[in-house]
Amino acid sequence: MLPSTFQSLLFYVFSAILIFAALRVITAQNPVHAALFLVLAFCTSAGIWIQLEAEFLGIALVLVYVGAVMVLFLFVVMMLDINLLKLREGFWSHLPMGALVAFLLVSEMALILSGSYFDLLAMPKPDAAPVGYSNTKELGRLLYTDYVYPFELAAVILLVAIVAAIALTLRRRKHAKSIDPAWQAGVRKEDRVRVVTMPSEVEQPSALVTTEAEQKTAEVRP
Amino acid sequence: MEYITPLWPAYPELFLLVMAGLILILDLFISDDHRVFTYALTQFTLLGCAALTFLTSNAEPIYTFNGMFVDDLMADVLKLLTCVVVIAVLAYSRAYVSARGMFRGEFFTLTLFATLGMMVMISANHLLTLYMGLELLSLCLYAMVALQRDSLQSTEAAMKYFVLGALASGMLLYGMSMIYGATGSLEITEIAQRAADGDYLSAVMVFGLVFVVAGLGFKLGAVPFHMWVPDIYQGAPTAVTLLIGSAPKFAAFAIVMRLLAQALGDDILVDQWRQMLLIMAVLSMAIGNLTAIMQTNLKRMLAYSAISHMGFMLLGVLSGTTEGYGSSMFYVVVYVLMSLGAFGVILLLSRDGFEAENLDDYKGLNQRNPWYAFLMLLVMFSMAGVPPMVGFYAKLLVLQSVVEIGLWWLAVIAVIFSLVGAFYYLRIVKLMYFDEPQTQVVLKPTFEVRALLSVNGLAMLILGIAPQPLMVFCIEAVRASI
Repeated sequence: MLPSTFQSLLFYVFSAILIFAALRVITAQNPVHAALFLVLAFCTSAGIWIQLEAEFLGIALVLVYVGAVMVLFLFVVMMLDINLLKLREGFWSHLPMGALVAFLLVSEMALILSGSYFDLLAMPKPDAAPVGYSNTKELGRLLYTDYVYPFELAAVILLVAIVAAIALTLRRRKHAKSIDPAWQAGVRKEDRVRVVTMPSEVEQPSALVTTEAEQKTAEVRP
Repeated sequence: MEYITPLWPAYPELFLLVMAGLILILDLFISDDHRVFTYALTQFTLLGCAALTFLTSNAEPIYTFNGMFVDDLMADVLKLLTCVVVIAVLAYSRAYVSARGMFRGEFFTLTLFATLGMMVMISANHLLTLYMGLELLSLCLYAMVALQRDSLQSTEAAMKYFVLGALASGMLLYGMSMIYGATGSLEITEIAQRAADGDYLSAVMVFGLVFVVAGLGFKLGAVPFHMWVPDIYQGAPTAVTLLIGSAPKFAAFAIVMRLLAQALGDDILVDQWRQMLLIMAVLSMAIGNLTAIMQTNLKRMLAYSAISHMGFMLLGVLSGTTEGYGSSMFYVVVYVLMSLGAFGVILLLSRDGFEAENLDDYKGLNQRNPWYAFLMLLVMFSMAGVPPMVGFYAKLLVLQSVVEIGLWWLAVIAVIFSLVGAFYYLRIVKLMYFDEPQTQVVLKPTFEVRALLSVNGLAMLILGIAPQPLMVFCIEAVRASI
């Protein structure tokens, strides 16, 4: 089917890039490349969303996923020394089984979903939004009115995620070499220098002598 | 403001949320020596929540939060029981947890948030809130399984639980999205309305239904989606196993009711999911009971027993009648009480650095502590379904509901497998009463635990002698709600 309008041409271009990038995410040898392809995939899917007139979601995807999540992800990938060869072991031996299951799943779903259930007749295209319609405003209104209960629940789930992450990772290690700035700033003179009073020592002539030659000279001297 | 009125049906949840947040902050200012304060505050919160649930209960269903939250009699009963069971769970696990360095603020706040998740699931009238509650509960449980960081076994269990739980959530969500595609609504009452009017895409609906049932099967731990249950029961710290194996079953039952009986409760659809539940029930009873015989680890054995009990519970659901649903609810209530008692005894026998999880640890318990051996005997008899105990009536009621829809053969299979199951429950009784003890340690639990465990064990007998009130109450609660 040839693209009929500029919009559908854009859609096909974006989709092609998206599928290519998504495939490269799992096939790229270098994890940094894989992460960068994931950034590309996010950017193109943001483009598709904007085409669907979901501008806010598109921009949020770029800001949140590309801007924050993927940058963190890249940091982690660069800092950890991941042995990819070990991860890839057994890929080819598992592939036939995995591919068969995936093929069956996809074809089963396609059989059911490719019927006329979700075509343009059953699910007609919604009317174009009126001038001055704000996607962001509408989303905000829905979130804080109709969907306020699930919205608050999502906040609780995030709180639990924080509590759980801290409970699982924070623990006092015995030999940790961490620094406490408050403790550092409160340092006193006595903590740094310890003045010890002790009687002065007189150098004993024979005390430091160790070699035989010196011992001999020491015997000769008197 | 009209979006959140009336607010009062949600007072228990709001109270729980506020108090959980408060405890989270207060706990920062408490030193390890005074951690008991956090514990007391947590118990007070749960008590308050139970009281509020009781005070805000009402016979007629009330919808609020724009139709996303429902407060009906079934929800009230299940929420009240959830709070009471969590109180007992915390009381039983207190000594165990403090001996293992887990007596920390996070343990209590995560328990409270998990309870909140269960309550949200129980009162969900919208697929979105139902899923949110499920995630809230699961997230807390994943973290709690892994709370003992240095134990390799619990870390592995947490990992398995997390991966399989995520898979199950994915299945459930996919099914929900298909149901949305078929009916055009996420609200459970609305979906039920469309289903009754025949205003939906039939093939897509059934497609979604399959995924929803698979997801529910995972969460219930019914065969063939049961693989996670034994590993998690065995690997998790026993206190957390007790939590996983008790109160969440109420929530799981509630979402089965909301999704299958309420949203997809139309006769045509009931015929569709009955087939699937039938297979799941028979396989659960068979594999659960047969595999449990071979276990030497009591926690693992109880996990397989949980699988078989879930199979029994499904018998009531698959009958598709109000009496059937009521009998399933009765079964769940009884099962949770039994599992509470059984794990309570395991926790009681465990000491600092010693896990009483092997069957050999129960040898000669009667000579060491005759009273606890007797309580365990009551619980085991009840699980096996020996007549004077309440477990017998629970089984009888679900079998009755299956016979009423004409599935005689299914009732016969269920009876055969429950006879097979009786073997491993009675083996524990034999070990406790007729074998020589391996240690002479005499247990000295606190008064709190002694009293609660005694009530718990004796409830098996008392409810068994007079099962009628609870039975009728469960059926009435379901009738008023569905």
